[in-house]
Amino acid sequence: MTGPATPVLPLADLGRDDVPAAGGKGASLGELRRAGVRVPDGFVVTTAAFRAAVGTLDLGAPVAALDPADAGAVAATCAELRAAVEAAPLPDEVAAAIVAAHERLAADVGEEDPPVAVRSSATSEDGAQDSFAGLQDTYLGVRGVAAVLRDVRRCWASLYGVESVTYRLRRGIPETDLAMAVVVQHLVDARSSGVMFTRSPLTGDRSVVAIDASWGLGSAVVGGDVTPDAFVVSKVTGEIDRRTVATKTRWHRPAPDGAGVVEGEVPDDRRDVPSVTDDEVAALVAVARRVEAHYGCPQDIEWALAPDGDVVLLQSRPETVWAARDAAGAGQKVAAPTARAFDHVLHALGGRRPSGA
Amino acid sequence: MSSAAPSAPSGPTPGGRFPLPSEIGPVAGAEGWEEMYPYFSRFQPEDDGRFWFYNSMHFPEVVPAFDGLTSEIPYTAIGANTARLFSFPTTLGIEYRIVNGRVYITANPVTDPAQVEARLAHFQERAGHYYAHWDQLYAGWQQRIEALIAEIEAVEVPHLGDLDDLAVVTGARGYASNHLLREEFHRCIDLYSKMWHHHTEFLMLGYGAYVVFFEFCQQAFPEMGDQTVARMVAGMDVTMYRPDDELKKLAGLAVELDLADLFVEGSEPDKVLSGLAERGEAGRRWLAALEVAKDPWFHVSVGDGFYHHHLSWADDLTVPFAALPRYVEQIRAGEDLTRPTERLAQERDRIAGEYRALLGSEDEQAAFDQMLGLCRQVFPYIESHKFYCEHWFTTRFFQKIRAFGGLLAERGVLAEADDVFHLRHLEVEDALADVQLAWASGGRELGARHWQPIVARRKEILGALAGWSPPPALGPVPETMNDPAVKMLWGITDATIETWLGAEALDADTVRGYAASPGVVEGDARVLMNVNDIGSVREGEVLVCPVTAPSWGPVFGKIAAAVSDIGGTMSHAAIVAREYGMPAVVGTGQATAKIRTGDRVRVDGDRGVVTVLR
Repeated sequence: MTGPATPVLPLADLGRDDVPAAGGKGASLGELRRAGVRVPDGFVVTTAAFRAAVGTLDLGAPVAALDPADAGAVAATCAELRAAVEAAPLPDEVAAAIVAAHERLAADVGEEDPPVAVRSSATSEDGAQDSFAGLQDTYLGVRGVAAVLRDVRRCWASLYGVESVTYRLRRGIPETDLAMAVVVQHLVDARSSGVMFTRSPLTGDRSVVAIDASWGLGSAVVGGDVTPDAFVVSKVTGEIDRRTVATKTRWHRPAPDGAGVVEGEVPDDRRDVPSVTDDEVAALVAVARRVEAHYGCPQDIEWALAPDGDVVLLQSRPETVWAARDAAGAGQKVAAPTARAFDHVLHALGGRRPSGA
Repeated sequence: MSSAAPSAPSGPTPGGRFPLPSEIGPVAGAEGWEEMYPYFSRFQPEDDGRFWFYNSMHFPEVVPAFDGLTSEIPYTAIGANTARLFSFPTTLGIEYRIVNGRVYITANPVTDPAQVEARLAHFQERAGHYYAHWDQLYAGWQQRIEALIAEIEAVEVPHLGDLDDLAVVTGARGYASNHLLREEFHRCIDLYSKMWHHHTEFLMLGYGAYVVFFEFCQQAFPEMGDQTVARMVAGMDVTMYRPDDELKKLAGLAVELDLADLFVEGSEPDKVLSGLAERGEAGRRWLAALEVAKDPWFHVSVGDGFYHHHLSWADDLTVPFAALPRYVEQIRAGEDLTRPTERLAQERDRIAGEYRALLGSEDEQAAFDQMLGLCRQVFPYIESHKFYCEHWFTTRFFQKIRAFGGLLAERGVLAEADDVFHLRHLEVEDALADVQLAWASGGRELGARHWQPIVARRKEILGALAGWSPPPALGPVPETMNDPAVKMLWGITDATIETWLGAEALDADTVRGYAASPGVVEGDARVLMNVNDIGSVREGEVLVCPVTAPSWGPVFGKIAAAVSDIGGTMSHAAIVAREYGMPAVVGTGQATAKIRTGDRVRVDGDRGVVTVLR
């Protein structure tokens, strides 16, 4: 294990215990690799790098002094702090480590200037309870090490976005020890991508994997830019119990030349075609089951199909909605054993519903 | 529920409702059809206030006069079982009506809470007794039903010679053989009634156990496919598969005896049999094996035991012989046709075990074990009773009635033996009395002049009624459909009614039903309205039919998918389709009306949708 002050760590060195250094997303991606799941190559700019770069700016006091109800003051302070973070010069050893890691990544994926995703990885993000996922920035299709260095600082700065700050203030999350890691990963030119839950988001049924899928990058599905295809697959039999092929009008793709992501219209001849085949659905279910078994609880997963057709995971975190409902309704059961097996029938045919109906 | 149904612009259900019984108009050329059925089977004015549905599961065709017995007697038995024997708390029995030759039914629910409570106490005692002693009582049932079958097989149509046998006199029997005419005929009817009482003896209790487990699974795993429940319960040693297994054995024997060349697609049974007769010892051995297999395994009707003209394999070898060429070919190609029961059993237990492990608590796992255990205990009855009741017994019953028809034809009352099925059973008794009297008096039967025009007219009526499309239901839609008998036996729920009501508003090229067996395939449709046409089914076709019966098993080896008008996920078509691993959509209500033979169709067994691709 690398020392606490290391500014950059490869994903290959990380596991679920590395949240303090790599943030929730970084630690989870490392853990997924350990579980034998393919994730895009990349590295994490650690919380140590964050502290080395912005620790001296004393950002905690102005935030702690804010009243979350005073929107004007929050907005003004946040703008100030963001600008300060984005402008703060990177310490030399941090910049050098990122440049070196970026070069290694380029060599590993065999591209001179690979497009990457630069994604915030907060230390309290992606936890089962205190989830404020989505409040921090992600940059897709970043090219050139200068742009990477810029976007790492932007991710750090997003910790001082209005929503993030308000969220922390309302929840009483202290500013001390606040830190942010950043994941830099090769951007997969996904043919199709989406999200999947290892239990039904509609009914909470734990015997199925529910998959949403659409053409191109997953940002179209996650961002709600497209109505995806939907599959509900039994974990036990592997059969697709429900299949809804949607008309998929929009897709996001890496810009063909240069940086960024292009949002556009799906060609007519692909709109009504399923964005994943039945075999690919089966492969997704196999990965989902492996990840769920690895973590021991239902997962909420972002996935993509690499150009070679392999399943690649971009994120996995515990499912929270039904977990909370289960916890709230603890003890509510569908049925309990009866004195004699046939008492179940006598009760049901007697017009009496079993408990939990 | 019903208010949500879209209004339909045209068709039998304008405005999203079903026609009232009184709104059913006459069918041209079928005037006088009422005379074919008893008065108590006719719709009454007050029946307009009740909800009726067409029982196309059991009666997919027009009912000939004699076959009216196959609704009258089963409903006397099933209602007696639920209402008077076991005291089902929320239901009495089922009433039936016949209109334009089609059978409509409705259940009589018990709605008064005090009455439900009073019936529940009796139900717990009575049903509890059967569940608690299930294995022992079921073993007794097996003996009782086989004894009944022996009795119906022993019925003899008396021989009326010029003089009665000398032995009748020297043995001082004291009554002449014409007396036996009515007694033996009556014995057939009485045994048929008794068989139906035994049929219902375990049926509702068995289905009850299944439905309770099914509902538990739906609550615990809302996304679970209907067929998965059936797969966890399915038995391995299923009597209904036995006729098909016997065919496979005969196919194997044909290969072994070097007779395979005789079994080619399209060969008539007579041609095959005469071919076998010319093959010496090998041919004799095969024919002997056929005779052994026939009794009892060929006493399966090509229908479900509700029509006299749904002949058994033994009566007409067309169906079994249509399946033999394929089996022969597969065996020659080295395929193993035996059911992989060990693998199926392992898969069944794996599925059940994995669902069990997914349950949230030990309590639920314990309840799951109880319900699944009970289901597996009762399932042998559910899977096997049809062979004994609707097939073996009923095949013998119709054979005996046909033999009485033979006597009536011989005595000149009827033109031919099968005409007996155009008389109600009470009319047959009349005709037999005519023979009894004529034989006694030395005069001649008067029936030819009386019955033969009636039979001719009824044949015309049946032909006219065959073209009528019965609405899936009649009368006002109830608030909820929760009668346990209706739900268990016909799979009809609020959702079914909604499907029926909404069906007219659907795209004309789409038919929806239950997703009974997964998979998606395309193929050419073969619409079979009459099961006797089963020989016309070709390799790779999509079978579209009102309902399938167990004896259709062999044809499932040929087809790409199955679609039926009626049936739930526990229906025969569903079970066999899963066994063969082909897509099936059942309970569509109108596949046979919307799809034509030769249409290119896509069957989506995952979603329960059939699309006509024109």
